[in-house]
Amino acid sequence: MTAAATTSDTAAQTSGKERRERPSTFALILNNRLAAAGLVVLGLIVLAALAAPILPLADPNATDPANRLAPLLTPGHLFGTDALGRDILSRLVWGTRVSLLVGFSASLIAALFGSAIGLVAGYAGGRTDQILMRLIDLMMAFPYILLALAIVAILGPGLINALYAIAIVNVPFFARNIRGITVGLARREFVDAARLSGKGPLTILGSDILPNVLPTIVITLSTTVGWMILETAGLSFLGLGAQPPQADLGSMLGDGRKVMFTAPTISLVPGLMIFLIVMSINLIGDGIRDALDPRLRSGALARPAFRTKVAKGRRMPGEDIGEEPQPLEGGSSHHSPLPADDSGNRHPPLPAGISPTRGEIDKTETSAAADLPPCGGSEGRARPVARPGVRQGRGGGQGTNPDDKSVSPVLAVRGLETEFRIGRSVYHASNGVDLTIRPGECLGLVGESGSGKSVTAMSLMGLVPSPPGVIAGGRIGFKGEDLADAPDGRIRALRGGAVSHVFQDPLATLHPLFAVGDQVVEAIRAHQPLGRKAAAEKARDLLDLVRIPNAARRMKALPHELSGGLRQRVSIAIALANDPDLIIADEPTTALDVTVQAEVLRLLDELRRERRTAVLFITHDFGVVSEIADKVAVMYAGRIVETGKTAEILARPAHPYTRMLIDCVPVMGEPERRLDAVPGRPPAVNRLPPGCAFADRCPRVRPDCREGEIELEPKRGSLEARCLYPLGPGEALSGEADPREARP
Amino acid sequence: MTAPSNVMEIRDLARTFGGGRTIFGTKKPELTAVRGVSLDLRMGETLGIVGESGCGKSTLARMLVGLDRPTRGAIRLDGEDLSASGTKALARRVQYVFQDPVSSLNPRQTIRAILEAPMRHLLGLGGKERLARLEKLIEAVNLRPEFLERYPHEFSGGQAQRIGIARALAAEPDVVVLDEPVSALDVSVQAQVLNLLDRLKQERGLTYVFISHDLAVVESVATRVAVMYFGEIVEEAPARQLFRAPLHPYTDLLIRSAPVPNRRRAAAKGDSGELPDPYDPPPGCPFAPRCPRVEADCRAAMPPLEAKDRGKGHRAACLHPLPLSAPTSQPHEPG
Repeated sequence: MTAAATTSDTAAQTSGKERRERPSTFALILNNRLAAAGLVVLGLIVLAALAAPILPLADPNATDPANRLAPLLTPGHLFGTDALGRDILSRLVWGTRVSLLVGFSASLIAALFGSAIGLVAGYAGGRTDQILMRLIDLMMAFPYILLALAIVAILGPGLINALYAIAIVNVPFFARNIRGITVGLARREFVDAARLSGKGPLTILGSDILPNVLPTIVITLSTTVGWMILETAGLSFLGLGAQPPQADLGSMLGDGRKVMFTAPTISLVPGLMIFLIVMSINLIGDGIRDALDPRLRSGALARPAFRTKVAKGRRMPGEDIGEEPQPLEGGSSHHSPLPADDSGNRHPPLPAGISPTRGEIDKTETSAAADLPPCGGSEGRARPVARPGVRQGRGGGQGTNPDDKSVSPVLAVRGLETEFRIGRSVYHASNGVDLTIRPGECLGLVGESGSGKSVTAMSLMGLVPSPPGVIAGGRIGFKGEDLADAPDGRIRALRGGAVSHVFQDPLATLHPLFAVGDQVVEAIRAHQPLGRKAAAEKARDLLDLVRIPNAARRMKALPHELSGGLRQRVSIAIALANDPDLIIADEPTTALDVTVQAEVLRLLDELRRERRTAVLFITHDFGVVSEIADKVAVMYAGRIVETGKTAEILARPAHPYTRMLIDCVPVMGEPERRLDAVPGRPPAVNRLPPGCAFADRCPRVRPDCREGEIELEPKRGSLEARCLYPLGPGEALSGEADPREARP
Repeated sequence: MTAPSNVMEIRDLARTFGGGRTIFGTKKPELTAVRGVSLDLRMGETLGIVGESGCGKSTLARMLVGLDRPTRGAIRLDGEDLSASGTKALARRVQYVFQDPVSSLNPRQTIRAILEAPMRHLLGLGGKERLARLEKLIEAVNLRPEFLERYPHEFSGGQAQRIGIARALAAEPDVVVLDEPVSALDVSVQAQVLNLLDRLKQERGLTYVFISHDLAVVESVATRVAVMYFGEIVEEAPARQLFRAPLHPYTDLLIRSAPVPNRRRAAAKGDSGELPDPYDPPPGCPFAPRCPRVEADCRAAMPPLEAKDRGKGHRAACLHPLPLSAPTSQPHEPG
């Protein structure tokens, strides 16, 4: 027990420290200078109002007609006296006390009743919701001051009645706000869980929904208190609130109005006080809203930069990639030339008469083989191209030409480092990644969530949001140019043109309000100088190409009218619209059903082989990877830990992590297989341990695994792994075998 | 077939959404998500329910635990119909594990408050007894007792799912309905959770209803499997039998579509993957438009779910089921 207790204590302490790293809500409010200033001003005013009985003030109601309308700074009357000779300073402090009390009480009453109505209406739904909200609508149909006047007219003038009137007038505001939040919360799974725990509706409202609504109530409250104080003053100004001789800010203002021209300071002083109170409360309210609203806190409302920030003086990989690149993918030990310039001598000369776009897209081989319009359309599909390496080795997962070193790579990423800088911590999401993809080749980037695979892919086109993302090092070689250095205009031309994306959720990436055909047309016309009609024709061809049945009719369909599989085909059609050299597909089949998944994968596979398009395919599923990828790169904690040919890596991986990732997934047809669960989870990428990041979870770990840099080195066959004690061919992942025997 | 070994009997369960009339008397569109499901749940088994999105498996699961009221049909626990008694009556015997572990935990409650709720409201336990049970429960799902004081956002997906499982077990149910319990988790964590579920089942003698779209996962955990398509069960059989030799062409398509490392799947080419319009369901078999073995009589009426030539336990709703040998595209006449 003692040992367990100590370990848990340390764990608790560290997590406590972690919690302290995040600033508290109060600290966040103080950080906001305007809110802090508001807090100071309001604090002083509230203190003065609270201390009114003990302050050496004159009786606020003692009249002294001899001294009436004394100016400012009169001895004994700092702010002078009013028309009845009463001390204005004293009346101001006492009046502020009354106004604050009435304003805050009215707000609290309105918040209490409004929130209660909102909670009940939002949670109950149906008829209860309808009736309550229509009543609220009815109240909102009157101008608020008219309603307040009507209520006071019924109840009779007086401060308490004014308070009721203001509270009632503001109930709808709270009710509508809170109802909106509650409706969303009531359908959340944790409310279902509470129902399954046997809680009744009232318990659920009180213990599950209210705590989640509370921040919204506080935000609404903080932004309305100032308004309520104004309304109180308004009613008192009209003589419907505080009755003489009682002082409150509104009635003081009303008294001053009669002598506005002879003694303007009498109305000026309470006016300034109202201004100060309302201003400071609003500043604090804005500060509270900014601190409590999770969307504002995460910076989601900030406009993201056009592209990921590239750090000045970013770290460059060791070797000069322009001269003698070292392909770390593909498992070859000999060097190959990096992406040559478009003018490079490896490409046959461009055929004459092609459009400029075509030239930019530079699919020289395709155009040399068959002089076709830029988009193959249905013709493209039917093309029986006699291209070497296209058809061969389809079954073996060998792909088009993974070993053909004579073809320069489309993509050559070297030492890519993408960081997230949040507060004082730096998250190394992508920590020195090398990738090489040749035309027609598909590289599968595999890893768990948080491994950095998506950040790596998003970094290529500068799609990582900045702030907080920064490309801190490395080169992104795309056909001979470094995209990290390219100007914004060039990146804009490449996005959706020579490099296109397919994302996981087509419902989120397609615009919900435009017909899918128009969206394909838009993608085409963004990059090609085509008329609307020609582009529409081409769009139809593209939809045909991705085998959408009845493409001409589906052009007019909105995204939600198509099934998930068809939507993803539209996304692929958009990705193909400008004959890209590289498609970055980020989990494109994860959201699809298995029967649909197979079809979409086959389509993507055939298209990239026919069109010699390079594909960077991101997934967590080895089953999917084995179907489409020629090569696989496995990522862990921001680094590639193993890479090699798909078949080899799947059958006989060298890195224990790869083995683990394969072993822990159930496989169809092998129900008896024991699932090897590896305990623990990946390290946080802002506190990476020295040495191998997998060491803590690895059954083969030795002391030297935790020291120094471990390089990605060739192991057996095409495999390269970042491991000192790699697995032998077919070796299982267990701590028993002597790892030294497995060393090459 | 009302053997005492049946812990739960589902009879002709259906759920229709929408319907009725607006205040102006026009008809509102009506969608039937589950259209008459009958199943027996046997003590101690793991019944896998497989199907693709939109087949009604989650609606079925929500009805089993009382989160949703069926439009018609019965859910009998030990012979007592509880389909109309609401969540609390069912929750005492049947519990639920959600797909998304993080969103099923209230962000503003400590783990202790979350786990105590079922003990207090369903079992009516006092403070002392709750404390003793909480410690045992949290250790049963491999979490440390000090986690009880933390809030859900401090946990990873795998840990959160273990808390979700603990919450389900806190009420000491007989049946646990697991709705895609590992789909939202990373692969390395999936195995941890699956192994934990297996251990808890052995230790506590639980009965599982395991709902998933992932056939490989279902194959590895289920003893019996029911395949759903368009709100109906189209095939039901012991797990091994179903995966080795399916009767229904849809089951066959599903099995052949599952991705397997280093094996190219041989799914039917040109399959549209389209479900029929749920607002305007076809009269016959809903799989007919996609079926390679379709005949004229398939489109006339929905075939009943009945035993074919593979014994009593293997039932399929198909007029032209697949033969025992290698499945071919040739139509096969049974009998």
